[in-house]
Amino acid sequence: MNVKEEEFISQYSAAVSKKKLIKEKLIKYFFMINSLAAIFLILSIFIFLLYESYRAFEQIGIGEFIGKEISTPGGTAKTIYQWYPTSEEPRYSIISLLVGSLLTALPATLISALFGIAVGIYLSEIASSRSREILKPVIEIFAGIPTVVIGFIMLAIGATVFNDLFHPPNRLNAFLASIGLSIICIPIVASLTEEALRSVPNELRMASYSLGANKWQTIKNVILPAAISGLSAAIILGFGRAVGETMIVLMASGNAAELTFNIFRSMRSMTATIAAEMGEVSFESNHYYALFVIGMVLFVSTFILNLIAELILNKMRKKLRS
Amino acid sequence: MSDIKDKLGMKSKQLGGIAAIGSIKSLTLIIFLVLFLILGKIFVEGIEVINWDFLIDSPRNNMTEGGIGPAIFGTIAVSILMLLFAVPIGVFSAIYLNEYATDNLLTRLIRASVNNLAGTPSIVIGLFGFGFFILVVGKSIDHILQTGLLFGQPAMLWASATLAVLILPTIIVTTLEALNSIPYSQRAAAYGLGATKWQTIKYVVIPQAKPGILTGVILSLSRGTGEIAPILFLGCAFFLPELPIAQINMGLFSIPMINPTDQFMHLAYHIFILATQSTNPALTMPIQYGTTLILIMITLLLNLAAIIYRYKFRKTLEITGKG
Repeated sequence: MNVKEEEFISQYSAAVSKKKLIKEKLIKYFFMINSLAAIFLILSIFIFLLYESYRAFEQIGIGEFIGKEISTPGGTAKTIYQWYPTSEEPRYSIISLLVGSLLTALPATLISALFGIAVGIYLSEIASSRSREILKPVIEIFAGIPTVVIGFIMLAIGATVFNDLFHPPNRLNAFLASIGLSIICIPIVASLTEEALRSVPNELRMASYSLGANKWQTIKNVILPAAISGLSAAIILGFGRAVGETMIVLMASGNAAELTFNIFRSMRSMTATIAAEMGEVSFESNHYYALFVIGMVLFVSTFILNLIAELILNKMRKKLRS
Repeated sequence: MSDIKDKLGMKSKQLGGIAAIGSIKSLTLIIFLVLFLILGKIFVEGIEVINWDFLIDSPRNNMTEGGIGPAIFGTIAVSILMLLFAVPIGVFSAIYLNEYATDNLLTRLIRASVNNLAGTPSIVIGLFGFGFFILVVGKSIDHILQTGLLFGQPAMLWASATLAVLILPTIIVTTLEALNSIPYSQRAAAYGLGATKWQTIKYVVIPQAKPGILTGVILSLSRGTGEIAPILFLGCAFFLPELPIAQINMGLFSIPMINPTDQFMHLAYHIFILATQSTNPALTMPIQYGTTLILIMITLLLNLAAIIYRYKFRKTLEITGKG
């Protein structure tokens, strides 16, 4: 609502009856209460996770969530990083799950950055306007494929193909999951890249061409540098999506709760752990609270990633406006 | 001599450019090819098992035979309930944000919350749904109404409420876009005719923004139908012999109604269970492909409908924008 409108309405309001005014006010507050739902939800998610995590720290101890020190037969203490909350001597190391999440999300981000940016450049700079009009909805439709379907494809086809190609030590592994993740991240990175490139003003392209640059030189030296912050925001958001994704990792990663840095081994991510264990955990047990700690770590890390992307995009918008 | 060098340099630069653009094109081609191959494979394998019986039958013989009728029913029921929760709240919030709100702290907070909600991992929303809806809200309802253990357990009601939280940001953002694209001149004309703010919204803004709002609703329906992670532990059942239907007694006759306090089967959960936890995955492979094809067809058709509606919306805007 701009100033003009407000002024107009205040003059106008004086003329209408009081009853009508009250009705208008009531309608306004009705809409406002509805819009408070988003604040209420995000706050209660945060408070809820915080409260349950606090209970976990109280009952288990913060140190346990990093690693557990056990004494080996030789007498030396050794820290192990394992997630075995149901064993006799429960272990709650989130480190192994964190590494698991990164082991799938980082390769997925690399792959989707490569392909996603290429598709974005193609759509924005190379494709004719007609093929762009066809391909853009197709990308959107790909982004709408349910993740459980990708997980299923990875199990039914992907696992066999990769087994024959690479002979990994585990049939289901981090690499397989990250290929699956990149299928959902590529459309995201591609459409955000396309958006960022299209927001580069056309004058810059024209100026570059008039200086004798060809298409690739223009893309490489003018458009990509101008849109670089948009591209990095796209990659960060793709990474956030990959970290937060559940079904693909749950189905394709093998779910072994060992700390590993080998991409061809079975591992387990934070999201998959919550998904696999929440249904069986007994209410208000230590294990139950521990799952909320994972939820808290996930929530905070995606929150920070989104915040960074948002800040970068805001900066870019300001720069492009001036 | 230097002339030749320059020319050679130009040539190699041009060649490099052609190579770069060529590789961009081929990377794009690879992605589209891979995705079409995946969809094609699902279609070819899935279409073989799909027939009328497959769509309405219950699973039989330890899930190795029979159909997916209850799963289709459960998916539709959950999605309808989800929309009932999310659409009013989402559309009303967007109307407030676009039509009423001034740029103050509250508005900025609401917008930031919507953005954050959109970025929250779905499994975290599921965790919240489990802890908040079932253990806090459900248990309280049970306590107040003295219903024993009816609401305080995983059920369709809470699954759809959780999915509603998931799709709420999508609905708000798309509705905002639709409302925002209605030119201000339209509103000014309504005010000029003596309409109040609410009359303007009701008779001028919303009718024009309708196709745009519908686009958002369909898109979020498609997202909610395919998303299973948040409701894995919120009432999805491996196998239910009976549909979650309750007969509401109206004296002379009874009306069958979806029973929101029941557990349910779900297409996406069915795929997940058959692919990872069945005793013989190879035996159920045809059913897995069939179920996947049905789920994909539902989400793709919804997406297609959304794209068509958006196209229509843009056409309307072109007309009103000129007028």
